[in-house]
Amino acid sequence: MKKYLPIRFKNWFSFLLDWKAFLTIVVLLVLTLTLLIASISLGDMRIPPLDVMRVLFGGGEETQQLVITSFRLPRIIIAMLVGMCLAAAGAILQGIIRNPLASPDIIGITGGAGVAVVTFLAVFSNENNALTVSIHWLPLAAFIGATLVAFLVYGLAWKNGVSPVRLVLIGIGISTLAQALTTLLMIVGPIYRASQANIWLTGTVYGSTWDDVTILTPWALVLLTATFLLSRNLNLQELGDEMAKGLGSRVQVQRVGLLFVSTALTGGAVAFAGGIGFVGLMSPHIARNLVGSAFGALIPVSAFIGAMLVLAADLVGRTVFSPLEVPAGVFTALIGAPYFIYLLFKNRNL
Amino acid sequence: MMSRLQTESLTLSYGQDKVIDELSIRIPKGEITVLIGANGCGKSTLLRSMARLMKPESGSVMLDGKKISKLSTRNIAKEMAILPQGPSAPEGLTVLQLVKQGRYPHQSWLKQWSEEDERSVNKALKETNMDELAERPVDSLSGGQRQRAWIAMTLAQDTDTILLDEPTTYLDMAHQIEILDLLFHLNQKENRTIVMVLHDLNLACRYAHNLAAIADKQIFAQGRPEEIISCDTVRHVFGMECQISADPLFGTPLCVPYGMGRCIGGAMQQDGTA
Repeated sequence: MKKYLPIRFKNWFSFLLDWKAFLTIVVLLVLTLTLLIASISLGDMRIPPLDVMRVLFGGGEETQQLVITSFRLPRIIIAMLVGMCLAAAGAILQGIIRNPLASPDIIGITGGAGVAVVTFLAVFSNENNALTVSIHWLPLAAFIGATLVAFLVYGLAWKNGVSPVRLVLIGIGISTLAQALTTLLMIVGPIYRASQANIWLTGTVYGSTWDDVTILTPWALVLLTATFLLSRNLNLQELGDEMAKGLGSRVQVQRVGLLFVSTALTGGAVAFAGGIGFVGLMSPHIARNLVGSAFGALIPVSAFIGAMLVLAADLVGRTVFSPLEVPAGVFTALIGAPYFIYLLFKNRNL
Repeated sequence: MMSRLQTESLTLSYGQDKVIDELSIRIPKGEITVLIGANGCGKSTLLRSMARLMKPESGSVMLDGKKISKLSTRNIAKEMAILPQGPSAPEGLTVLQLVKQGRYPHQSWLKQWSEEDERSVNKALKETNMDELAERPVDSLSGGQRQRAWIAMTLAQDTDTILLDEPTTYLDMAHQIEILDLLFHLNQKENRTIVMVLHDLNLACRYAHNLAAIADKQIFAQGRPEEIISCDTVRHVFGMECQISADPLFGTPLCVPYGMGRCIGGAMQQDGTA
């Protein structure tokens, strides 16, 4: 079989389909759907997969309908979207920083979004633990926090360009600072959800509602589409500034735009699931091993892997230790942290 | 002399340090121009500035009579390609994926693989003898193959003019010749204008139609190597004594430096003079 298939329509649309990447995406899609069904089916109340399908297509028993549509489905959709956002954000960062160690949590962007979210909750809640402004503003707050930190880290790491090691070191520093700030805000601030906030900072999709889904879905879809469309420019960024400029790309403008998309993706994810760690680091790496480093294939493959990681982490967290709920972030960290150390070791010469 | 690319009183500096001072040069169309000079003389800086990778302090670079600062970077990329020194590709990127990116200035969101793109990429792979290696990751190739992959990318860009900053650094002698032969062949066959920085004066004399020697922030001499290379030129440009003879194979100027070394019957004296 040929490896590539050129797809052309008249004179105005054309691209080159890489069969291997395409098949990988199809397989991942099937795996994600399987995991989705399994995730809906498993839990305190087991619902056989066939019944799950029945409910999804509008049938099924009333209790099953209730469990699935009110509790499991919003949570599962949020888990998938969050995983996709974090994975895409990580892939972008690794491209523009030209550093395999970059990811939104490691360089502190997630932490910045976390501070902003806790601040938002502290400032805008009343004694009854109710928000005084619409929850719709939460992703915006997270996004602003994420952006501030992104530019702070980038600026501090700048010294005739950004060296990978400086960026990671400064990012880890800022990230620790952000965590300390968040803890401080939770202790001293008039926050009535401290214990809840703490679990949430580890990263969890517990308690997601359809409201959350309706806010995050458009946010994520627009940004993921943008990421996919920008993959051509990401490819160029990875060749280095001079080469990219020589090929006619406006490197700096595009880099700021890409950084913006990456922080917006992170902000959206953190606003609804807290600091689920290492997904943005691991997913692009796994994807690169599957389809190579061209971003056209890398972005969608990373997104699917991210979705599966968070989905799986959440599934394990709520079923294995039931009736205890373990935040999904605990499991992503459990595999992510050793993975990060392995990457540090592998890239020790950078 | 036909010329598409030229500079007018170009002054380049790094901070306070002036590297090039009011330099004007015309790059002859369809010929190979080689910039030579001592380390730090500003030849690479000049080349990078011609490729708009560095802003001039004053003066300008002109492409077809227009200042390149007034042209869109994308339109320049359709006319002129630059291969910077020691480029690096991301881990795992295949040769084909790299070469494809040379088509960037000709593509858009919707048009990412036109028939013209396909033709140019295939042709570039063939000319550089990389078609057999198209599916290999760039980082798994040898130094010479890797440089050929990068050159294939600049060829796919389909430009009249190609600028290369020391395309032979880190290559052994056989691979240096292989790369320079390839560039010479492209110039002969397709009439492409090539401008490059080379360190090896003798190879520069062999391949260049037009040699520009940079010294004192200016062009010290420019022209056919056989017309401008003399002991005086080499002394002024490199600060070195030498003897110029003719290359036994090509007849082009061959520079043999004075200095120390084992002398087994030549004209050299023990004190470093001939």
